Amino acid sequence: MNVTIVDYQSGNISSVINSFTEVAKGKVNLEVTSDINKIKSCDKIVLPGQGSFKSCVDSLNKISGLVDTLKDFAVGNKKPLLGICVGLQMFADIGYEEAETKGLGWISGKVSKIDNQNGQFKLPHIGWNEIEIQKKSKIFKDIKNKSHMYFVHSYEFIPEDKSVISATTDYSSKIVCAIEKDNLFGTQFHPEKSDKIGLKVIDNFLKL
Amino acid sequence: MLKNRIIPCLDVKDGRVVKGINFVELKDAGDPVEQAKIYSDGGADEICFLDITASNENRETIIDIVRKTAKECFVPLTVGGGVRTIQNITDLLLAGADKVSINTAAVKNADFVKEASKKFGSQCIVVAIDAKKVSDNKWEVFTHGGRNKTSIDAVEFAKKVEENGAGEILLTSMDKDGTKSGYDVDLLKTITNNTNIPVIASGGVGTLDHLYDGIVKGGASAVLAASIFHYGEYKIKDVKEYLNSKNVSVRL
Repeated sequence: MNVTIVDYQSGNISSVINSFTEVAKGKVNLEVTSDINKIKSCDKIVLPGQGSFKSCVDSLNKISGLVDTLKDFAVGNKKPLLGICVGLQMFADIGYEEAETKGLGWISGKVSKIDNQNGQFKLPHIGWNEIEIQKKSKIFKDIKNKSHMYFVHSYEFIPEDKSVISATTDYSSKIVCAIEKDNLFGTQFHPEKSDKIGLKVIDNFLKL
Repeated sequence: MLKNRIIPCLDVKDGRVVKGINFVELKDAGDPVEQAKIYSDGGADEICFLDITASNENRETIIDIVRKTAKECFVPLTVGGGVRTIQNITDLLLAGADKVSINTAAVKNADFVKEASKKFGSQCIVVAIDAKKVSDNKWEVFTHGGRNKTSIDAVEFAKKVEENGAGEILLTSMDKDGTKSGYDVDLLKTITNNTNIPVIASGGVGTLDHLYDGIVKGGASAVLAASIFHYGEYKIKDVKEYLNSKNVSVRL
C-alpha cells in the first residue's frame, strides 16, 4: 500500500512524518510529496495542517492542480483521506482565521474561533484532553472512550451535518475533535503527538 | 476536561544533560535522547530541551539530539536556548521540534515574535520570560540566562508577547530557579491573571507540593521541572498520582 503525506510547504510536518514512519515500518510505503501524479496514484492521503486556516489554504492553492487532485481523490474517487488539525478544518466551506477564507468545501460547515467565555478559557487550547466518542469510527478501533489526545488550536470546525462528528472534546463547549464521513477522516487533535494512543489512531488509518 | 501538563526539562550543554544550581555549578548527568525517551515512556505530557550551550559552533549538536529524540518520542517536544533567527526556528522544526522557546531574542526585538508566529503559527512559539523580583508585586525581565537586567516590567512584557502572537509563556523566576524552595507563586498569579494564553511555571521546584501550588495557586496550565525528575527523586508517575490525589486533573 502507498500512503502519501501531502507536503504543501506550510508549517511543520516533521512530527507527522516521524510518527507515520514509525507506524508504517515495513508495512506501508510512505511518501512525502506534493507531486500531483504520485498523489493521484496512491492509496491513501494524509493532509496535515499547521499555522492559520488562511495560510494553509493559500499554500494548497499555490501548488498548481493540487486542490483539484485532492478533490478527485477524496470526493470523486472516495479514497481514504485523513486531515489533521488545520488539515481537517480545511474540509469546511469557510474559515475565519486571519481573514474570511474559502475552504475545500468537502463537508459543509465553518471554522470559527473557540469562544473563550470572556477569558475564562485560555487560547490556544493546548494540551491533553479527553475525547468523547460520538459514533463508531474506523480510526477509533480499540480506542477507549475518554482517551487523552494532544491538542493545540484556537479554532474549531463546526459542521452543518452533526452526523459526521465521531468525537468531541470539552473545552468551553463540546468541540468537534474528529469526523468521519464515508472515506473522509479528520482529527482536530494531533495523533502524531498523542503518544501510543495516537500512534494507534494512525495504525487504524493505515490498516483501513 | 483539559489536563494540567507535567513537563520535564532537560538542560543540555554540548550534547549532554546538565542541571544548574542558579545557572552555575553544572553537573553532567546523561544522554539527552535516552533521558527524553525515559520521560516519554513514563508519561511526560511534553518534553523540553533547553540548550544552554547556544554558542553558534555547537548549534548542530542540539539539532542532532532533537532529530534523534523526535524519532523515538511521540509527545510534543519544545526546544529553547539560542533561538535568535527565523532560520534557527526552521532548523529546529525540521529536525522534529514541535515548539521553540524564544528568550533573549524576544526581548531584543519584539517584531521577532510577531514574525515567527506569523510564519510558523502561534502554536509553536513559546516565549520564555526570566523574571526577577525588584519590589513588592513588581518583577523585571532578565536575559542571557539571568545575567542581564533589562528594566522591562515582566507583566507588561507578557501582555506584549501575547499580543505579538506567542502561543504560550514559559515563566521562570530567577529568584527561585535552582533553589528547590518552590515557584514564585505571586509572580505566576500576576502573569496568569494578566494574560489569556497558557503559562508554564518554571524555576524552584523541590517538592510535589510546589507543583500543586504552581497549578492551583499560581494558575499555571503546565508545570516544568528539571532536578526533581532528573536525579530520580520522583518519577513522572509519582507526580501525577500525587496531583490526582489532590484533585488536580492530570493525564494518567
